[in-house]
Amino acid sequence: MNRVIRAFLRRLMGMAVVLLIVATLVFIIVRVTPGDPAAVMLGSDATPEDIAQLREKMGLNAPLIVQYGQFMAGLLRGDLGRSIFLDQSVGQALLSRAEPTFFLTLFSILIATVIALPVGILSAVRRGSGFDQVVVTVTMVAASVPSFWLGLILIQVFAVQLGWFPASGYGGPDTPFLYRLAHLVLPAVTLGVVNSALITRFTRAAMLDVLGDDYVRTARAKGASESRVVLKHAFRNAMVPIITVIGLSVAMLVAGAVVTETVFGLPGVGNLVVSAVLRRDYPVIQGALLVVAAIYVLINFIVDMLYVAADPRVRI
Amino acid sequence: MNALLHPVLKPGTSQGPVFKVDRLTTSFRTPDGWRPVIRDISFHIDKGETLAIVGESGSGKSVTALSAMRLLPRDRARSEGRIFLDGRDLLTLGEAEMRKVRGGRIGMIFQEPMTSLNPVFTIGNQLAEALVLHRNLSWAAAEAEALRLMDRVRIPAAKSRLHEYPHKFSGGMRQRVMIAMALACRPKLLIADEPTTALDVTIQAEILHLIRELQREEDMAVLFITHDMGVVAEVADRTVVMFRGDMVETGATDALFARPREPYTRMLLASIPQLGTMGATPGPRRFPEVDPATGAASEGREMPVVTAGTAPVVEVSNLSIRFDLPQGRIHAVEDVSFSIMPGETLALVGESGCGKSTTGRAIMRLQNPTAGSITIGGRDIAYMNARDLRGLRRSAQMIFQDPFASLNPRITVGSAIAEPMLAHGVLEKRAVRDRVTQLLEQVGLSPDMASRYPHEFSGGQRQRVSIARALALEPQLIVADEAVSALDVSVKAQVSNLLMDLQASRGLAYLFISHDMSVVERISHRVAVMYFGEIVEIGPRAAVFGNPRHPYTRRLISAVPIPDPARRGTRIPALASEEARSPLRPLDYVPPKRRYDEVSPGHLVQLP
Repeated sequence: MNRVIRAFLRRLMGMAVVLLIVATLVFIIVRVTPGDPAAVMLGSDATPEDIAQLREKMGLNAPLIVQYGQFMAGLLRGDLGRSIFLDQSVGQALLSRAEPTFFLTLFSILIATVIALPVGILSAVRRGSGFDQVVVTVTMVAASVPSFWLGLILIQVFAVQLGWFPASGYGGPDTPFLYRLAHLVLPAVTLGVVNSALITRFTRAAMLDVLGDDYVRTARAKGASESRVVLKHAFRNAMVPIITVIGLSVAMLVAGAVVTETVFGLPGVGNLVVSAVLRRDYPVIQGALLVVAAIYVLINFIVDMLYVAADPRVRI
Repeated sequence: MNALLHPVLKPGTSQGPVFKVDRLTTSFRTPDGWRPVIRDISFHIDKGETLAIVGESGSGKSVTALSAMRLLPRDRARSEGRIFLDGRDLLTLGEAEMRKVRGGRIGMIFQEPMTSLNPVFTIGNQLAEALVLHRNLSWAAAEAEALRLMDRVRIPAAKSRLHEYPHKFSGGMRQRVMIAMALACRPKLLIADEPTTALDVTIQAEILHLIRELQREEDMAVLFITHDMGVVAEVADRTVVMFRGDMVETGATDALFARPREPYTRMLLASIPQLGTMGATPGPRRFPEVDPATGAASEGREMPVVTAGTAPVVEVSNLSIRFDLPQGRIHAVEDVSFSIMPGETLALVGESGCGKSTTGRAIMRLQNPTAGSITIGGRDIAYMNARDLRGLRRSAQMIFQDPFASLNPRITVGSAIAEPMLAHGVLEKRAVRDRVTQLLEQVGLSPDMASRYPHEFSGGQRQRVSIARALALEPQLIVADEAVSALDVSVKAQVSNLLMDLQASRGLAYLFISHDMSVVERISHRVAVMYFGEIVEIGPRAAVFGNPRHPYTRRLISAVPIPDPARRGTRIPALASEEARSPLRPLDYVPPKRRYDEVSPGHLVQLP
């Protein structure tokens, strides 16, 4: 047990180091990209003197090392800084836009998994059948469809023509929760379907891999029913690659929020990043990238813990 | 339960057979339609009786067993004929009925204990599942019963091991778990498909003994599938010989061994390496040449002995190899010393994990030694740097066990054989081609095979290719790591003969690493027995086999099945002791300095 706790602590330390490196990289990348928030803020008519004055006020004229020190010191206090354009701290800005991003990711991955697992398993069990061939073809097409294109089609059919769901946007904080969530149906279906293709293919491949294994034959020789053989004996062994690809999908969904939220006009974290980049809102860009990186690291950690739960041979 | 209460029924009693296969033909679907892989198989097994199906790979013996269990994929295999269990034809049963038969009425154990158990469920869970599936038991009651089953198959400390996962069990222990699982519901028939092939010989003896005991207790019929005639003689009342899908011969085992009728059976019997046939002959002796048409065998020629007075090709002194783990230190090889002369074969024998392969790999410097020296051609290579090691590769080469895995599937065998010559730049490109032709001829293959890929060859042919590749640089020493272990008996004899011929014509030295005592007895001049990383006995072959002194050597020799049905059941193996010792030691452990007693010239035995 002691060993497990120590291994766990070592992992946490590793995560902290990764985040420190990411924070440094983010700081550098934001500074080396061309563009000047002061110039953006003052518009095209501003004189160089005005811009210099504003830069001074914003602390952008301090030596980079000082800016870096302030940034890192703030991070250690849990302070991501203040937005240049919004009248908010970066933390507040992110938090107020977390809801649509969080639920969109959650629903997308749920839809993807609920479609992918049964279809992938069945496709592997009936390998070579008509069903399997359809699955292989459809998932290949679905995996190649750009999500924004599928999103536009769904908006056209279900929002514009049928009027079942809102086409874009998100309810304000004073609208009912369910009303807000209704805005997420079409985007979640879009992302769920596109992601289910990849997860289905991985599930099918992982199941095919284990269905030929000796212990599956042993289970059949024991007299276990086919569903028991497939769902208990084979599936548990196929879980490690499946967990991996689901984890990857979640990570890609978080990173892909930038595109999705623009297409569906959702005021989420992705949207915030896009507007921050356009305005060179350094603190917001830094904070958002850092949070996304932290989510990545966290997903990885969760996936590793799930490996341990799924396979007793895996050690932390 | 008790042999006295349930007397073993002899074949031919008034009761009908428990299991009867009648004109079974199983076909597989191929692109050109259904192709039969076993044809017209008929046999029966009575209560308490053991029937062995024996044959080489591709003979259809496993397909026969899987057909009986209806475990072949339905869309790709079909069986015709009839298979009766207690009078019911299994081929006509519905799938639900058949499930009750599997695991309930017929138990089955497989060849690979390492992969036949599900790695993500505990032993207790997998045993209990077999019970829950067929008997009306709660899960808790089933786990309690599972514990009793583990005791019955003599798994030590069963209670604490019930909740462990398979990867914590050794191969022999896993096979015991498989047996417990197969017997959980007291089946009428046990099908054992090569149950001991993957195990060490002492473990094999224990498992065979266990199966026999349980059979007696339960009065079961046993269908035993094997390629090993020694095992057949040990276990079977009657035997079916199969060859390429046909039943060649069947009969009582002792009659079949004493008076084989068919040429194939005679050939099979003649090719078995038999322990104890060498007597005091000093040199190795070729395996008998068998004429496949008649099965007639001519006794093998004796090979030359080593001439004294030359310098050894390789000299290993005080070699130690240790691996550090978080839990301690593995002493894989400990203070091992030996030398091999030109034209000499030293066999390194012992069970899996005893350090014999690690020693061989160290001589090739595929493994870095921890201490000691390895001198090849007068130079110590134990700590040589990578550049100087290239020279070593020319004087020492290795042949591996698995002829399927050790050749790159995307490289023609001609290129595989040419590669070492090109890599070392020993010959012009054009000369290399001629040399490949020559090498292929020397190993008994035709030169036009050079352009083919490994998958077009049989196991024996691939091993010949590996030998040709090893010979390409004209080494003085070849390390053969279980080089004939994966081959069928007849092929094993041919490849062993090839190795002996090449040695005689080229004066090669061999380090022949093997667990197969009967091949070792034929092929080697001297034998070293390894046990837990140490050499416990070393000496001339005739001395070690004729006068084994160390208790472990004796145990190893006595565990080899003897292909003589008359001696069946006369030897009772020692109790399960396999997990009593572990090579894992604390980090500060200092191994004791071993002393050896020279019982006869060159024959050294470790003192306790």
